[in-house]
Amino acid sequence: MEIIEILFTASFWAAAIRIASPLIFATLGELICERAGVLNLGIEGIMVAGAFAGWMAVYSGTGLWTGVCVAMIVGMLFGLLHSTLTVPFGLSQHVVGLGVTLLATSSTYYAYRLALPEVTSPPKIDAFQPFEIPILSDIPLLGPALFSQTPLTYLAFVLVAVVAVVLYRTPLGLAVRAAGENPAAVAAQGLSVTAIRMGAVMAGSGLMAVGGAFLTMSAFDSFFFEMVNGRGWICIALVVFGSWRPGKALLGAVLFAAFDALQIRVQQTSLGTLIPYQIFLMMPYILSILALILMSRRAEVPAALMVPFNKGER
Amino acid sequence: MRLEPIKNPSLARKIVPPVIALAATIVIASLLAMVAGANPFSVFGLILNGAFGSKFAILETLNRATPLIFTGLAVAVAFRAKFWNIGAEAQLYAGALMAVLLGTGVLPWPSVAILPVIVVAAVLAGALLLLVPAILKTRFGVDEVVTTLLFNFIFLLFISMLLEGPLKDPMGMGWPKSARLIPEARLPRIVEGLRLHWGFALAVIAAIGIWILQTRSTLGYEMRAVGLNRDAAAFAGIPVNTVLVKTALLSGGLAALAGFSEVAGLKGSLTLDLSPGFGYTGIIVAMLALLNPLAVVVAALFVAGIFVGADSMSRAADVPTYLADIMLATALLLMVLAIMLTRFRVVRD
Repeated sequence: MEIIEILFTASFWAAAIRIASPLIFATLGELICERAGVLNLGIEGIMVAGAFAGWMAVYSGTGLWTGVCVAMIVGMLFGLLHSTLTVPFGLSQHVVGLGVTLLATSSTYYAYRLALPEVTSPPKIDAFQPFEIPILSDIPLLGPALFSQTPLTYLAFVLVAVVAVVLYRTPLGLAVRAAGENPAAVAAQGLSVTAIRMGAVMAGSGLMAVGGAFLTMSAFDSFFFEMVNGRGWICIALVVFGSWRPGKALLGAVLFAAFDALQIRVQQTSLGTLIPYQIFLMMPYILSILALILMSRRAEVPAALMVPFNKGER
Repeated sequence: MRLEPIKNPSLARKIVPPVIALAATIVIASLLAMVAGANPFSVFGLILNGAFGSKFAILETLNRATPLIFTGLAVAVAFRAKFWNIGAEAQLYAGALMAVLLGTGVLPWPSVAILPVIVVAAVLAGALLLLVPAILKTRFGVDEVVTTLLFNFIFLLFISMLLEGPLKDPMGMGWPKSARLIPEARLPRIVEGLRLHWGFALAVIAAIGIWILQTRSTLGYEMRAVGLNRDAAAFAGIPVNTVLVKTALLSGGLAALAGFSEVAGLKGSLTLDLSPGFGYTGIIVAMLALLNPLAVVVAALFVAGIFVGADSMSRAADVPTYLADIMLATALLLMVLAIMLTRFRVVRD
């Protein structure tokens, strides 16, 4: 019954929200890309690049928020590369996405080795610190979990609302969704499908990079290889799980993170010592696959996802 | 801008874009080498010399190419049918696992039977591992890209669990490492005294076999038809889901042979660092080969050469080996673009 007890500790929910934060950024980013009709498999590499770029900027002496902006710009540049190849040129989104992941990852590692040739343990930065929101953080259980987080976590939650409002309540959001559902109709309105899709991929890639930067600037305070460790692929599963809706994606990310936080704690209980730790580490990936199976029937996939749009064709 | 198909592309149309792509890759890599403070000419000289400059270098390149031919074939077969198997890494380890499970002296069979049994078991293990995502795709409509990617992480953790548990070598001084294969389970060398094992020959034979299958058999025709247009293939009476499942079995089996040949031919035991991403690099190999199984052999030699060459270049010129990965990723992206430009013309509105 140790597990039940864990569920009622504030530190557990605080950890769940912390683990969810990078996933929220990156899932929102992927969601924007896919809503516009582009699958972005560059996500894993873009998160690596963002994690390094933000951290490196701060390590070189910029402020933390400048570091976040640097990460976002690096992400948008990879988004520009991805969308140039997949949107106007209509190349395979699978191949280009994987290529972008390979390129972003390897160039990040190359840059790291050049910048820090002789380090054995990666240097640390002064990362974002938790900011307790007055009054709200005093609420039992909920307060420490939701209102004693770092500013980047608050930003992640605010962004969910912003993305939802933009997608469903503005002409821009309508154009993005239409580009993913019926691009011919968008073109008939005199709008450029190419511009909308490229813009969406760049914006989404920027968010993915910020998700990566959360790892090096908020969750931890240094950069190491393999730190993204499949989180990008998990976010792609979370987009499906959330039926391409920001609110549901947030719910999915938090549920997923809660499970991840739980498995870390169960490992330390008497039950956990009986089971090999690898089983616990597998859980997030297995959970993602189960979520995909569960939701795939119900999911409302954007109709033009992965369908290139070429004005010449009718 | 928009794209217009070219009816009869000229010879220049077919050659110039890929050449420019290759040249641009070299230019980009040169700039990056200069950023690292090295002379690009000496960097490329060192890569070439490290890959093909001596008998030892050539053998090293051939050895490195062997698993890449298998994973490249696995990806080429799958992508041809537009089945996106990104899980060759996990299937590779499935094959390696079979080699260790059956090759460490547990089989009471005559020694001539051991290797064939292991090969069959490895192929089956890889095929079965990919069968799960294939069925999830055909039965539940779950995208195979994500499932195969996630399977890589799950299966590597599974291998890690075995290597720290039941498969751990009691003589391994505490390292998570399996026991060594018995000599009868090892792939012999092609020529005595040269460090090149039969895995390479097997890989080339597999490439020829896949080429024959793709060009001379009904299944090959069906796989191509499914890849070109799934709806049209279904309309023409091709059982699309069955073809996809068969493709997956074939692809998984081929990737598993990479792991088998690494363990039985080169390493002799299983560790967690058996593959430095051969499964993912197979995607680059397959794309550079334009999914042609015979060209996979050439592309694998090229890619292996760059990796082997970059290793020795890095030691001599103090440029990080990741330059090789950047070059290959750049070559992949530019080559996909170049191939498209051999068939389409960009028209301004």
